[in-house]
Amino acid sequence: MPRLLLLLLRARIVCFAVLTDSTPPRRRRRAFDWSTAIIAAMALTAAATVYVRDGREHFFAILFGDVTLFAEMLPKVLAGCLIGAFVTLLLPRELVARWVGHESGFPGLLIAAFFGFLLPGGPITIYPVAGAFLVMGADAGAVVAFIVSWTLIGYTRALVWELPFFGSDFVLWRIVQALPLPIIAGLLARIAVRAGFKYRENDQ
Amino acid sequence: MTLAINILLWLVVGVLAVIAAMRGRVLLNDGARGGAMEFLLLLPRIGIGVVGSGFVAEALPNEWIAPWLGPQSGFFGVMIATIGGALTPGGPVVGFSIGAAALKSGAGAPQVIAYTTAWALYAIHRLLIWEVPMMPARVVWLRAMVSVPLPFLAAALAILLGRP
Repeated sequence: MPRLLLLLLRARIVCFAVLTDSTPPRRRRRAFDWSTAIIAAMALTAAATVYVRDGREHFFAILFGDVTLFAEMLPKVLAGCLIGAFVTLLLPRELVARWVGHESGFPGLLIAAFFGFLLPGGPITIYPVAGAFLVMGADAGAVVAFIVSWTLIGYTRALVWELPFFGSDFVLWRIVQALPLPIIAGLLARIAVRAGFKYRENDQ
Repeated sequence: MTLAINILLWLVVGVLAVIAAMRGRVLLNDGARGGAMEFLLLLPRIGIGVVGSGFVAEALPNEWIAPWLGPQSGFFGVMIATIGGALTPGGPVVGFSIGAAALKSGAGAPQVIAYTTAWALYAIHRLLIWEVPMMPARVVWLRAMVSVPLPFLAAALAILLGRP
């Protein structure tokens, strides 16, 4: 009987792997989009304000400082992008799904949080994987821990997006103090489910 | 610190590239090309964000930020930051550049952490645009619900740990 269950599970995993392989690659990011446009508009307004209020010299001092900062972080951003691309290609997805799909209990939350930390990619890759975990029987706590972990302590996100703005000391400090948060969120989700919150549509 | 991080990162890149190369040249090429393309597409956003946040920080009136979000603003400041984070729209650059600008112009570190944590976890537009279409809606609401206390916890832990 357990053998049969295992076989069934294997079949589902293979289905999942085929499914993920046949889904189109993540949506191509355009170099410019509306949120960048908003930031650009804010930056231009602020730059004009500084120029008019504080004068030309001050304006160029700030510009020079920021451009230097930008140049210094470029190697890190490139490294982050390459790591993300290679890990996506090298990490067997079925393995990831199997581990978080089965696990339950406290180790399940830890593993889910660890995968959230490890798995690179944007929301376009994270949420479908999280959805697949749910389908495969992962509990809501593990899925919540996975998403919160990716959001708060995922290394590619921190490297590519956060580091340029806050610098390595601040980001490291923020990540260290965020370490318990995915587990706490997972536990809270389990408490909510135990208290009667229905998260599967066919739950009675 | 910066140099150490650079060396570590490029070591990881090297190891991954070697593993990919051992599995085949195509894999190595795909990885390198994918990473480089991603980098090129990110450049304009990060450039605008980094240079822009310097000017935004300079243009923001410090006397306005400090009392609301400064280190002395305490729990009230954390709460304002959390609500602000939930309401901030936009992609990955927006929240971080606003947070960095606030930090430069006198906001307290725990308040900034509460802001970016709230924005990352439950910015309303992100729940609606990304999460709800890809996941069962009830799971999304469950995740958002249990995430509500996290920015406050993050700020509390930040105060406990103290700045480096």
